[in-house]
Amino acid sequence: MSDQYDIIIGLEVHVQLQTKTKLFCRCSTTFGASPNTQTCPVCLGMPGSLPVMNREAFQLALKTACALNLNVPRFTKWDRKNYYYPDLPKGYQISQFDLPMSEDGFLLIRDPKGQFEPKKVGIIRAHLEEDAGKSMHDEVAGKADTRIDLNRTGTPLLEIVSQPDMRSPLEAKAYLNELKLILTYLGVSDCNMQEGSLRVDANVNLHIKSEEPKKVATPIVEIKNMNSFRAVERAIAYEATRQYDEWQETGKTIKDAPKTTRGWDDAAQITRPQREKEESSDYRYFPDPDLAPVTTTAEEVEAIQNALCELPMAIRDRLHDGYGIPEYDADVIVNQGQIAVDYYEALALKTGDAKMSSNWVQQDVLRVLKERDLEFDQFPITAERLATLLKAIMNKEIDTTRAKDVFTQMLESDKDAPTIMAEMGIEKVDDSAIDDLAREVLEANPKAVEDLKNGIQKAVGALIGQAKKKNPNIDPGTFRAKCIELVKDM
Amino acid sequence: MALYEASATQLLSQLESGEVTSVEVTKACLEQIRKHDGEVGAFLKVMDDKALAKAEEVDKKRKAGESVGMLAGVPVAVKDLLCTEREVTTCASKMLENFVPPYSSTVVKKLEQADAVIIGKTNMDEFAMGGSTENSALGKTRNPWNTSLVPGGSSGGAAACLAARMVPLSIGTDTGGSIRQPASFCGVVGLKPTYGRVSRFGLIAFASSLDQIGPMARTAEDTALFLEAMSGYDPNDSTSANVPCPLFTQTVDKPLEGLRIGLVKEHFGEGLNGEVEKAVREAVAVYESMGAKVVDISLPHNKYGIATYYIIAPSEASSNLARFDSAHYGHRCDEATMLEELKAEEDALRAAGKEAELKKLDTPLIRMYRKSRAEGFGPEVKRRIMLGTYTLSAGYYEAYYLKALKVRRLIREDYDKAFKSVDIIMGPTAPNPAFAAGSKTNDPLAMYLEDLYTVTANLAGIPAISVPCGMTSDGLPVGVHMQAPALEEDRLLRAAYMFQKATDWHSKSPSM
Ligand SMILES: [Zn+2]
Repeated sequence: MSDQYDIIIGLEVHVQLQTKTKLFCRCSTTFGASPNTQTCPVCLGMPGSLPVMNREAFQLALKTACALNLNVPRFTKWDRKNYYYPDLPKGYQISQFDLPMSEDGFLLIRDPKGQFEPKKVGIIRAHLEEDAGKSMHDEVAGKADTRIDLNRTGTPLLEIVSQPDMRSPLEAKAYLNELKLILTYLGVSDCNMQEGSLRVDANVNLHIKSEEPKKVATPIVEIKNMNSFRAVERAIAYEATRQYDEWQETGKTIKDAPKTTRGWDDAAQITRPQREKEESSDYRYFPDPDLAPVTTTAEEVEAIQNALCELPMAIRDRLHDGYGIPEYDADVIVNQGQIAVDYYEALALKTGDAKMSSNWVQQDVLRVLKERDLEFDQFPITAERLATLLKAIMNKEIDTTRAKDVFTQMLESDKDAPTIMAEMGIEKVDDSAIDDLAREVLEANPKAVEDLKNGIQKAVGALIGQAKKKNPNIDPGTFRAKCIELVKDM
Repeated sequence: MALYEASATQLLSQLESGEVTSVEVTKACLEQIRKHDGEVGAFLKVMDDKALAKAEEVDKKRKAGESVGMLAGVPVAVKDLLCTEREVTTCASKMLENFVPPYSSTVVKKLEQADAVIIGKTNMDEFAMGGSTENSALGKTRNPWNTSLVPGGSSGGAAACLAARMVPLSIGTDTGGSIRQPASFCGVVGLKPTYGRVSRFGLIAFASSLDQIGPMARTAEDTALFLEAMSGYDPNDSTSANVPCPLFTQTVDKPLEGLRIGLVKEHFGEGLNGEVEKAVREAVAVYESMGAKVVDISLPHNKYGIATYYIIAPSEASSNLARFDSAHYGHRCDEATMLEELKAEEDALRAAGKEAELKKLDTPLIRMYRKSRAEGFGPEVKRRIMLGTYTLSAGYYEAYYLKALKVRRLIREDYDKAFKSVDIIMGPTAPNPAFAAGSKTNDPLAMYLEDLYTVTANLAGIPAISVPCGMTSDGLPVGVHMQAPALEEDRLLRAAYMFQKATDWHSKSPSM
């Protein structure tokens, strides 16, 4: 990024686990319900209520831990993190402090464009905790009311804390992207940033290259409020420049200043200092006496490990090595999720042409999805039906340009490619007909024949155009080859 | 015998035979409350109408030959920190003066299923913190044996209503001795079950790892009956013990053969009132006369019990009571006044040019928390919140809280070792008989020492019982304390029954 400094980046990611019910009660976790309708005495922290752990949430967390190569200790417990905030009804959050349910793993990141070297990003820990509610500040008509919605309170979160192993905004984005892919492949979270299912805080500082004493570290800044990966990338880039400028101005290093918190202002594209919650944050962690500790056996972890689905990185390698498509292609397909991978594989196997299948998925299928704002599983043409079209191209029954028209019609109806082709009068032209047509066109264009003789290949383009007018079904490739062959003998 | 004097077991047999109706029994109890509670102050609330309606319902069921629960028609009093659906549950605090829970605690539900008649909610020390029921923000409770004395605490109301013959059964809770010490002061039986034996769901927590709900009654049989009705695994409480609940009523009258009683020599040392000691030693002699063997034992870490307790309990309390922030629950200060005050302070600081202090001034939210909690909590609760906040804070956690957890483990190990050579550990429940109201309110440490013999059972999670075993020369009851290994409540109940067969201390009642 810079010759003057290295950017040191660590990420804390809060992932909302996709359970039907909350972490310590049986309330629904559905997003978007009217305020305070998905609550009960337990998640409202009502006097006398007691939490009971949701096994499903713990299982999802274990699954994630296995996928992120984390160690799962035999014994984990729940701690209380005490602080006052109106969206925290009990006055403490149930979390995990010194004995998290998993620790010490890593995530591999790789850039198919080769903009950074592949690397292992260390993961310090992943622990479970309950979410807080939401405060909505209502300042209409000079009032300073705050309304509290506790629907989200008690939703299971997995906090995944990375080592400060990333060195550029691009690496940070790649880490987040890979993490999100893994979580969605595992089906443990929908990772919807808009709905707050995935929240990212970034810890950023610089190691400035200087002669004495070797290198200088700037104070660590925690950046909050980033609600897209793009925002994360930009916030980190902004922060790097800002910290460098500040260092030049003040000379303050990590030894002079404690960690501070800044919020990303997406509209202004800058980070701003955030008002610290309350004084210093002494959370007075201690083991939650209302919850029994949780033990996990090695067999249980092994069973989960064995039942784990194929992970994105492995699929990329398999697509690249097994189907022979470029790494970049494999990356694009895998990034679309498991359904895209399944679709691609079905298409490639049916057509027998892996690269062509990859091109169609990447260009045509994805374009349609984007234009129509659809998810992959909503794509109207099945792999089997698309395969018949691609086979027709391969058999030279139809040229690529007209195949795209057929494709468009397939999107609109549930008719198969052969039906649409028949309706459009598309049929394979046999060799003798092409031969006749080529001779006819060549005779009518002596100038073009002359050019071709002189090796001006592009002259054939105009001939194809004329031929197509006479018979739209001709395969341009076959026709071109025929023309060149005939000219040689002329 | 008047109906209000009868035990629950006696009442049940009379109700079964049709000699009396639950309405009659309930009316007798209500009448007794009406007559004496002005003086005793055991109840914060008496639910006349509901109680009579329930009594009527049970009578009807009985008459129709329908099956009824094991406490059918028997009046029961409930300590006011157990949530009762649609009935104010106050914890004797201004904080919760108007708190109406939308649910009942598991224990109350079990009582309802057992067809008990819930007659009212009893007074207590605020949030169960205290040893004399003088910390109640909502009223005074007096000892029926002498109304210038305290009934003990924190289940003071629960014990006093039993002693005053207002009700045959009463639920208490015990965090460091809060069932047993008032039982001892009031001359009734109080049992703290094994931690996890009774569900804590719906118990407004003081110290979650120590709190346990337990039965209070006048006889061992009633205690067995009541414990059986309230015990059992509850999936809503993850600390509840998933073990079958024994039928205590069926074993309570079986004498314990070859009983080995452990006496802890430290329990009979300095600080123990002579008359209490005499009564307890005589109780031990009664057992010996029945063939029990006395063994001297040592619980070397017992002496750290109070210190350990006063770190762990306030730590948990400081966190448990955080929810009373007045944003969700609890008393809220007058906001307009609060904002005015804040504004005045701000103006004064600004006028004085004190910029630094201005920055430190509360935000309205913080001031709302501060002021509401300052107004809502009483001094003892505040003291313990402060203590707990301190012991949990960074830099002190290891020196206090973690160390206390280690000592707690040692205390538990002492018990494990002791119970290899004895069946029951016996001693005084409290070092003194009931003391004069107001005599210890300004000396919290002296008050804390009243729990000297009882706290370790909570720290170890084992069951313990206090049984009336004598009287002082002033005519005040004295209790003998018995402890058994975890889940061995039946042993305690059988021992208590043996004693009550041989003596009549439990049938003594105060003249009212
Ligand atoms: Zn809930």
